Amino acid sequence: MTSDPKLESCALKPADIARRVAAELPDGAVVNLGIGIPTLVGNYVDAGRGVMFMAENGIIGAGPKPEPGEEDKDYINASREPITTLPGASVFGHADAFAMIRGGHIDIAVMGALQVSAQGDLANWTVPGVGKGGIGGAMDLAAGAREVYAIMTHTMKDGGLKLLEECTYPLTARRVVTKLFTDIAFIEFTPDGPFLREVAEGLTIEDVQAVSEPALLTNGPPGALMREETP
Amino acid sequence: MTSDKVYPSSRAAVADIPDGATILLGGFGGAGIPENLLVAMADHPARDLTVVTNHAGFGERGLAVLLRQGKVKKIICSYAFHRSAFVFRELYLEGKIELEQLPQGTMAERIRAAGAGISAFYTPTGVGTQAAEGKETRTINGRDVVLEHPLPGDVAVIKAHRADAMGNLTYRGTAANFNPVMATAAPLTIVEVEEIVAPGVIAPESVHTPSIYVQRVVRGEDLDLRSET
Repeated sequence: MTSDPKLESCALKPADIARRVAAELPDGAVVNLGIGIPTLVGNYVDAGRGVMFMAENGIIGAGPKPEPGEEDKDYINASREPITTLPGASVFGHADAFAMIRGGHIDIAVMGALQVSAQGDLANWTVPGVGKGGIGGAMDLAAGAREVYAIMTHTMKDGGLKLLEECTYPLTARRVVTKLFTDIAFIEFTPDGPFLREVAEGLTIEDVQAVSEPALLTNGPPGALMREETP
Repeated sequence: MTSDKVYPSSRAAVADIPDGATILLGGFGGAGIPENLLVAMADHPARDLTVVTNHAGFGERGLAVLLRQGKVKKIICSYAFHRSAFVFRELYLEGKIELEQLPQGTMAERIRAAGAGISAFYTPTGVGTQAAEGKETRTINGRDVVLEHPLPGDVAVIKAHRADAMGNLTYRGTAANFNPVMATAAPLTIVEVEEIVAPGVIAPESVHTPSIYVQRVVRGEDLDLRSET
């Protein structure tokens, strides 16, 4: 994630971040998973928890990847990957899918982020320059889902910061991120500001603050971010 | 039985699409794309088309067959620069095609509004972003919202799974995507299907798109044509 060797050695792998996000989802929630690390989250949600996955191309109740040779080209997710359906699934067109999203019927959108601001602004659809990225469903999901869980590496590869006072990349939506999961921290956005809930094992509050532009609120020592070896 | 909606070929079904038409083109990823109609359109003289579709094409199939023939003046889509939209990217960087990018749900709802007789609507999507630039915004019930207008087409070119000869349609899986809403938003809707059945075979309560939205139906000549995803 970064040029800092201490941060790098303690940083969570994508699968560990996905596992932490999965643990945070409330049982029974209707969840939309974005492209990238968010797609991994589904792998760590036990079926018994009643979480339903919705994709904006028109499905609620998407199941795991089909076995090789079992793919059906008419059944894909928003990342255009083949999917299966679970008992009780439903399919519908785009007008209905986005009515659900804007209408507040989706509990949580889990989205990759490029930058997040102190106020919970989200930038994740493009970077400055010509001919990059696409909006897709990101602006609708960010504005419409009841909560937005954002996932990103805490810093850029060159050490540049991504948790900022104000985003410098084009915005996806203002004041929407409720929880941010990075490779070194779990941060919750409260009316008073970003609150540092958990820190990767081996790191301190100061380590995380040093790579975060806004002041992080704390209340005693934060918890340890869950890892694979944690039962 | 009204079967004059059934056309003998994709070529016949798209034969009178005029220059400069705005085309609502269904499909998302590789699912629900009217591949045979697109191949027929690429062979057809109509040009300077504006195409409204979710993404700017994947690989060499789908929309790319029109782009390769220089038929398209402008694309209105939600996702332009996917790495596999290389045909579009090249044209765009050479200044040979215009682009308007908008949020996917706003696109769907603008098309829906066009088909449903709604003059305009306010939505929270895109407030405070490039998508709202130059548009009226206001606060309604404490929420900032942006004014959006209908997005009709001259011709909807869509894909369904089955049609009856009256033009009633059903879709399969996630291949519905933009197809049902686009069927409502153009005076001429041309549908590629995998199977055409007699009226009554599709039970009334199983119809997804009622027949009055559909003017032409054709069975796709090569059902194995698929856009890469």
